[in-house]
Amino acid sequence: MDAVFKALADASRRDLLDRLRAENGQTLNELCLRLAMTRQAVSKHLAILEDANLVATVRRGREKLHYLNPVPLHEIGERWIGRFERSSLQALRDLKKALEAE
Amino acid sequence: MSKPVFVYVIYIASTPEKVFKALTDTDATAKFWFGNAVTSDWKVGSPVTFHRDGKLIVSGKVLEHDPPRRLSYTFQSQHEPYNGTEKHSRVVMDLEQQRDQVKLTVTHDDFAPDSKVFAGISNGWPLVLSSLKSYLEANRVLYAPWYDEQAKREAEKATS
Repeated sequence: MDAVFKALADASRRDLLDRLRAENGQTLNELCLRLAMTRQAVSKHLAILEDANLVATVRRGREKLHYLNPVPLHEIGERWIGRFERSSLQALRDLKKALEAE
Repeated sequence: MSKPVFVYVIYIASTPEKVFKALTDTDATAKFWFGNAVTSDWKVGSPVTFHRDGKLIVSGKVLEHDPPRRLSYTFQSQHEPYNGTEKHSRVVMDLEQQRDQVKLTVTHDDFAPDSKVFAGISNGWPLVLSSLKSYLEANRVLYAPWYDEQAKREAEKATS
């Protein structure tokens, strides 16, 4: 679990996860587009995310595709969010969304 | 081959044999898969079904059965509101021993272009995999959010 929090404690890495959430299964080249980071930096961040199991990779021919793997985040939720809190948290989130949309 | 839509990875402190058995066993799946019991003779081409409370939830066909390394079947949601109207997608489970743990990779792809089943599944798999891990490591299963909804519906039915 330490690896997950360390991996998430960096804005660039969270940005990479956002990009995978928007479009799953991207290659390193695709992830480098429109990013103010060197290819080496992106590659290093992806390796940290992969070590933390937040990113899963699949080889397709010569390409390596990157996927957002939400399983460790789910495990964190299971640890601290109780079964009876889930629906009240959902209601609070809906309220926040509705108020902020006004 | 089309680009996989989902790739989920979980590490479980167990053996590939035990993980494979859990994924293919009727009683085990009924426990960790939130009441969804799988049934099949696991011969390539044979039917695979998941039943919950006696109702057919998912059906498909065995594509690969290579214990304890690989399991693959087609997947069609038969429950409300899909009722088998969408084409079959494909589930592939790869198991790999890494020291004293198993790396389980679940790939789910081949969805219809405008698939509605897709969204539900993206929430479902992390829950199922976490529950499988708890089941094998600590003999405890997780709780599914839809239990509450189900209980609420039944309570409403009983009072009306």
